[in-house]
Amino acid sequence: MFDTGVNILTYLSQGAWTTISIFLTATFFSFVMAFIAGLSRLAKNPLIRGFTTVYVEIFRGTSLIVQLFWLYYAVPMLFNIDLGSNWWVGVVAIALNYGAYMSEVVRSSILSIDKGQTEASIALNLSRFQRMRHIILPQALRLMLPEFGNYSIQILKGTALVSLIGLTDILYYGDIYRSSNLSEGPLAYLMVLVMYFIIALPLIWLSKQGEKMSRRGVAS
Amino acid sequence: MSATYWSWETFVDAFPIILEGLKITLGLTIASYLLAMVAGFIWLILESTPVKPFNFIVYWIKEFIRSTPPIVQIFFLYFAWPMVPYIGTSFTPFVAAMLALGIHFSTYISEVYRSGIESVDKGQWEASTALNFSTRDKWSKIVLPQALPPTIPMLGNYLIILFKEVPLAATIGVVGILSIARSYGAQTWSYIEPLTIVAILFLLLSYPSALLIRRLENKMNRRFDKKPKKVKVAE
Repeated sequence: MFDTGVNILTYLSQGAWTTISIFLTATFFSFVMAFIAGLSRLAKNPLIRGFTTVYVEIFRGTSLIVQLFWLYYAVPMLFNIDLGSNWWVGVVAIALNYGAYMSEVVRSSILSIDKGQTEASIALNLSRFQRMRHIILPQALRLMLPEFGNYSIQILKGTALVSLIGLTDILYYGDIYRSSNLSEGPLAYLMVLVMYFIIALPLIWLSKQGEKMSRRGVAS
Repeated sequence: MSATYWSWETFVDAFPIILEGLKITLGLTIASYLLAMVAGFIWLILESTPVKPFNFIVYWIKEFIRSTPPIVQIFFLYFAWPMVPYIGTSFTPFVAAMLALGIHFSTYISEVYRSGIESVDKGQWEASTALNFSTRDKWSKIVLPQALPPTIPMLGNYLIILFKEVPLAATIGVVGILSIARSYGAQTWSYIEPLTIVAILFLLLSYPSALLIRRLENKMNRRFDKKPKKVKVAE
């Protein structure tokens, strides 16, 4: 049984790169989206604020799987936009979905920075941009760390859905393996889970570190 | 693929058909949520036994379930569990999805319970011990009345999050709104309208409840004069 387990793992590892590459790219873009949307929701301009709020609420209010299908089936037909490849459809869906969730983290961390900090920086004649860059963001970033860690694990879990739009990730290879070795089904899926868990382990560790860092030396 | 345009006819035609799946989607949400609430409590008990190595194992099992994709867990229970020697039995798609999602979310819910209990001030425990309260009275009169209210908004959040995970069950053939929309799309080759209807239905149900929970949360924070608590958010 042990040998079979190792065999399955080697077989599954063919899909590992798809999973990891989607995970890394989607994480990067969801961070970008989170900051853009999080900061835009605090903007002065009501148009920017309104537009971002609609984006955030739509992507938070529906499921990732629905968004994925929508981007995969509906968007190319509706707007005649071709996202290039399934790989990009997956990345864009995940990045937009988690970007919306994480933008709330960005926004609430910025809002939780003490008002006195803003007032002091205004008194010191810092511009809006300088205030954000030098005073508010460095403090807010630390508060965001644990949540970002948690969301990175969520993103990894989300990547398993891309096999539904035909990408050859770990779950895809797991399904192929199971359908050709029916009796080894339980072991095959267990190994898929183990594989995802192995990828998640460093993320679990990172989010623990993030928690520690955000607690350290915070004046409250 | 050529550009097809939005057709209100298809929209009107597909809407009642998809709406029929809503009962199953909501049923599955509630069933898995109840399971998660009960199982979350079991995790809490398992993790607080005085046997250290046992707690360690339970902790990592929980972490394993929590950090692996729920869709794989659904596949595992539906496709693979019947093949497990001796204990394996086959489930209907609904039961398989309910078990998988229920167990997945129970790992988050147990954290909510725990944070609720931890939010009760240590002095309250000490005082009730000093006043010679029995264990039962301590829990029912002192601890739980303070521990439960702050968990209500968090539990509500998880209900909404779970609701958004339920369409995963469409992959094993639970006839909820998403699978009806997909088969409608496959039959008529128009995916735009049915999938948009699904998205609208999700928004209609989850957004108002999310607003309600946010208001509840603010109310609780004011009542307990606390900063908003951050919990791990599942997706």
